[in-house]
Amino acid sequence: MITLRINGEKHSIDVAPDMPLLWAIRDIIGFTGTKYGCGKGLCGSCKVMLDGSPVQSCMIPVSAAKNKSIITIEGESKNLQLLQESWVELNVPQCGFCQPGQLIAATALLDKNDNPTDEDINEAMIGNICRCGTYQRIKKAIHRTVELKNQS
Amino acid sequence: MNPIKNISRRSFVRSIGLASGGLILACNTSIFSDKEKVPENLIDFNPNLFVQLNSDGSLILIASRSEMGNGVRTSLTSVIADEMEADWDMVTVKQGTGDKKYGDQNTDGSRSIRYLYETMRQMGAIAKVMLISAAAQTWQVSEEECMAENHFVIHSSGKKLGYGDLVEKAKTLEPPTDFKLKNPKDFKYIGKHLKGVDVKEYANGSAVFGLDKRLPNMKYAAIERCPVTFGTVKSFDKIEALKIPGVENVIEIPRIAKPFGALGGVVVIASNTWAAFKGKEALKVEWDFGENKVYDSEKYMNMITKNVHKQGKVSKDTGNVNRAFKNASKIVESTFQLPHLSHAPMETPNAVAWVQGDTCEVWAPTQDPQSARKEVSNYLETDRENVTINVTFLGGGFGRKSKPDYVFEAVMVSKAITASKT
Repeated sequence: MITLRINGEKHSIDVAPDMPLLWAIRDIIGFTGTKYGCGKGLCGSCKVMLDGSPVQSCMIPVSAAKNKSIITIEGESKNLQLLQESWVELNVPQCGFCQPGQLIAATALLDKNDNPTDEDINEAMIGNICRCGTYQRIKKAIHRTVELKNQS
Repeated sequence: MNPIKNISRRSFVRSIGLASGGLILACNTSIFSDKEKVPENLIDFNPNLFVQLNSDGSLILIASRSEMGNGVRTSLTSVIADEMEADWDMVTVKQGTGDKKYGDQNTDGSRSIRYLYETMRQMGAIAKVMLISAAAQTWQVSEEECMAENHFVIHSSGKKLGYGDLVEKAKTLEPPTDFKLKNPKDFKYIGKHLKGVDVKEYANGSAVFGLDKRLPNMKYAAIERCPVTFGTVKSFDKIEALKIPGVENVIEIPRIAKPFGALGGVVVIASNTWAAFKGKEALKVEWDFGENKVYDSEKYMNMITKNVHKQGKVSKDTGNVNRAFKNASKIVESTFQLPHLSHAPMETPNAVAWVQGDTCEVWAPTQDPQSARKEVSNYLETDRENVTINVTFLGGGFGRKSKPDYVFEAVMVSKAITASKT
């Protein structure tokens, strides 16, 4: 049995230790917001926060995630909800499939950097592919989130 | 041209037929199947296949085309809502299952709005006219003294009735034979910025794509493919694959040799995706590569490049290319070549299928649920009515998902599992 702490809740699961975290989250525990895009750590759709760092969950075996804090798109963190609001306000998603990964990457960025420049954003988001090409709106929504944070 | 049109019943029916390939209008036919009716305390008014207004004012509009980032669930329904003078905040969008009654549903070729714009306007206008009639009859005034605005019918005296309150009366009325469409200058939603109806679900991870559909005790399957397109299985050894925890069965599904038929391969059925993937790696398959074994991409490219300069079949003839080249002061020539390309949607083609006896229910990110329904019912040798194709969100489509092969393969696997149990 491996115990995972996802979005503040403990889940004990009986899986092979080499099962990627992605499949434990999606198929065993049942949170489907974390997406399977390539399974090879190339697209960023499967990103989750692992002890505060964004990781591609398709590349992390569950054994490496035990006893660590995992935040998925369904979870809560100080910046995730604010970013989601800006995402809705600015109509960011197109097909929407990559957006959970984009939002996790953006959350990780704002956790470390209160006021990212365009370059900071490019650097932080480079591992997340959007086949629809919503990059410009993603950038705007990150800036918008910072703006809203500064206002409040 | 006068943008306001009077549409007679006859031309109306005909124009809908042209727009959507035989759309049939039904009055007061619920847009829901029996198992998902409106709550008991509500009454519903269904002036046509695309509109259901409930007595609490909630408005359900059908999106008959697939959502894959094209925004079609927002655009098509906002056209109905605009003509209907509905309050956009009261609208919920319901995805139409694959059914001929909606007309052509193949969401391919960037033409959903072009083909369905007029029809959707008419759907909204019909509902509005019936609600105005219902109000006029309630007040015993002439319809000309009434107008509709933001989910209310308003009389010239200032009194008004909400759309929900008009449902009971409107239900008893016949759809109008004559009605006008709005003057485009009065559009509230069409051509304006609207928030996508699904943006929130995309942002919080609750939007259900094909890959996200879950059923109790469902199995996960992955198919090992022949490395050469259209190759077939000669033999396979499943012993090592079956040793992997979670792997439950390994079967072969055949190639169906027709355009966009199943590619076939060796299927690993497991209790989770990872086990199915690992099972695939553990398979030993001997392939018959078939006639494409000698296919050479470079030769093919050279051949089609040469073909460009041959005389082809003329399908459109305007101007005179030869003369233009002859008289040109400067000629720029270049050859553009593209290799075979993958559509590469971020969500890989996938489907959930559940065959139970003569019936089958499918959840799939498909651009064309009707072709999937047809192929599946043919394969199962069952009536089309026994096959339900639910359209999920598509994580991109790009034309790849307008083909039914991957839906069909899920059905083949589900049928095989069902058969092995009986």
